[in-house]
Amino acid sequence: MTSDAPRGVDAPPELVQLLTPEGERVEHPDYDIELTDEEVRSLYRDLVLVRRIDLEAVALQRQGELGIWASLLGQEAAQIGSGRALTDADMAFPTYREHGVAWCRDVDPVRLLGLFRGVNHGGWDPAEHNFHLYTIVIGSQTLHAVGYAMGIQRDGAEAATIAYFGDGATSQGDVNESFIWASVFNAPVVFFCQNNQWAISEPLEKQSKIPLYKRASGFGFPGVRVDGNDVFACLAVTRKALQNAREGQGPTLIEAFTYRMGAHTTSDDPTRYRVADELEAWKLKDPIERLKAYLFKNQLADQEFFDKVDAEADALGKDVRRRCLELPDPEPEALFQHVYAAQHSLLDEERDQYLTYLAGFER
Amino acid sequence: MTTLTLAKALNEGLRRSMEDDSKVLVMGEDVGKLGGVFRVTDGLQKDFGEDRVIDTPLAESGIIGTAIGLALRGYRPVCEIQFDGFVFPAVNQIITQLAKMPLRSLGALKLPVVVRIPCGGGIGAVEHHSESPEAYFTHTAGLRVVACSNPADGYSMIQEAIRADDPIIFFEPKRRYWDKSEVDLTATGLPLDQARVARPGADITLLAYGPMVKTCLEAAAAAAEDGRDIEVIDLRSLNPLDMGMVAESVKRTGRCVVVHEAPVFTGYGAELAARITEQCFYHLESPVLRVGGFSTPYPPSRLEEYYLPDLDRVLDTVDRAFAY
Ligand SMILES: Cc1ncc(C[n+]2csc(CCOP(=O)(O)OP(=O)(O)O)c2C)c(N)n1
Ligand SMILES: [Mg+2]
Repeated sequence: MTSDAPRGVDAPPELVQLLTPEGERVEHPDYDIELTDEEVRSLYRDLVLVRRIDLEAVALQRQGELGIWASLLGQEAAQIGSGRALTDADMAFPTYREHGVAWCRDVDPVRLLGLFRGVNHGGWDPAEHNFHLYTIVIGSQTLHAVGYAMGIQRDGAEAATIAYFGDGATSQGDVNESFIWASVFNAPVVFFCQNNQWAISEPLEKQSKIPLYKRASGFGFPGVRVDGNDVFACLAVTRKALQNAREGQGPTLIEAFTYRMGAHTTSDDPTRYRVADELEAWKLKDPIERLKAYLFKNQLADQEFFDKVDAEADALGKDVRRRCLELPDPEPEALFQHVYAAQHSLLDEERDQYLTYLAGFER
Repeated sequence: MTTLTLAKALNEGLRRSMEDDSKVLVMGEDVGKLGGVFRVTDGLQKDFGEDRVIDTPLAESGIIGTAIGLALRGYRPVCEIQFDGFVFPAVNQIITQLAKMPLRSLGALKLPVVVRIPCGGGIGAVEHHSESPEAYFTHTAGLRVVACSNPADGYSMIQEAIRADDPIIFFEPKRRYWDKSEVDLTATGLPLDQARVARPGADITLLAYGPMVKTCLEAAAAAAEDGRDIEVIDLRSLNPLDMGMVAESVKRTGRCVVVHEAPVFTGYGAELAARITEQCFYHLESPVLRVGGFSTPYPPSRLEEYYLPDLDRVLDTVDRAFAY
């Protein structure tokens, strides 16, 4: 493959797929899934709603209301499929792009915007949702997920953790160390790698000469590659991996083969490093379109249903926008809060001096 | 003379170093086709090829560790760390290996590795993109630490840094990347370890480096309207420190304020204050005062205007110095 050829477009072999890009249901020997019609419709709804939240956030950034945004466009199925596989007791450790997983964990989308708007560094209580804070320093969270899993193990609890990370992240020492820990301690963790083909401008071959899921075997646990644009397959594969973990069978690496359809973040300009054809080819594998085709073909939903979901998405978009604009700017005192668990003499001194200084301007 | 932004001046400096010495390599995340997220390496891969401008895997420890190996083999790697907050995965390689290997070889080994780090805040970024980690490195023997503040210095200092045989941590003030000024592309600049009087003055000395030099110059210009004559020194090199120029200035003015973005508590300014107190004690009219970040993590962007030293905070501190 020359470096300018569209990347990852031909479906690679060994890909677990339950729903083709055309919306045909297919069988897989190791993975299957039984879903009620209602469940299928609700998966569709989730995909559409998180895409809408994402689009709204991109628009908010363009209008100067967010400093930056990392779009999940194209990765909805990977996130909703894996996110819906989690039980309440499971714990998720996201990167900065897991807005779809956050949705599945009942984190109010506006809570996600605080970090990107610059009003806080996180903004939700991880324990309330079993959804950890976003992690920007690539790969760090994978070790946290393993440590948390070791805690679950020691508690004898019926739960697992899931660590999200990207293709680029697989090069980090922390990620490789997390694989070693998970393996040696047989920790109940699922490593969920969204291979969206790019780490900013660097294509996958700058990180790996072998398919990422194959890395797992060298560490001593199973790896599986799933069609990341197929919400059924992502749900089935993640469910099974989580169940194995909960039952004491140790970690699994899931490589969700997908595509970053947008820029890396709103600050990025992908025309500098990738060809437009690539995006066009991946649009044919769109995760939402294929589920829509499936629903239509099998008469599981009618136009009225789709219209209703679209209307709901628009209302959600508007609501997110309104509440984003209402997010209050933090007061200067906030600089000094939550740095330590208890009062801290140096911070008290600095705060008092600074507030006195600021008050001088008001006189 | 050519008018260049700081980013472009650094780019020209890198280009010239690569032309002059075929052993010079550029390596880092997204430095190739993209030209780096700040475009400092723009066009270099096109002109010098993928062997000399290397898009590395996403691993900072790997970048520095392999740069050390390349340097051992006679290359002069210039590593880009994408943002200040991402140097930390590389800190083990920098502190335990890069800084100490020359000494352990009793001088037989040279490690001419340059680690370029865009530093500081003021661009409205999310966390880990606005750090000022210089004190960790000035506290590490074996490393030289420098910070450029303007296009002309960027152009010359990067070339000097690449030519030097020591490992160098090279800070670039990211919010000044787009500032323009005149650069003489034929000039060789000041030696790397010399400070520079950015603005002469008689009443008080402001010491700054990197992003705060401009802030201090603005403060000095404002103070001049009130009849106060502020001298601004751009330290350029933090380790080694041009203490000769600093002491000469402070002895002349009798007052000194140090300005940096990094937290004041145990920051680089503490070293300056201690040295100045020791060497200029009988000339001082007031204690050396410091303006800098608070003892808190760098805040979310909507608070950064409060966190970052600005003209008002610098002048307020100058007033305090005169109140003694
Ligand atoms: C330790 C560290 N180094 C560099 C960066 C800058 N950075 C942010 S995202 C990114 C690429 C990540 O690629 P990947 O892991 O594939 O995830 P994706 O963004 O594609 O979801 C880089 C280099 C960072 N955040 N952390
Ligand atoms: Mg990626």
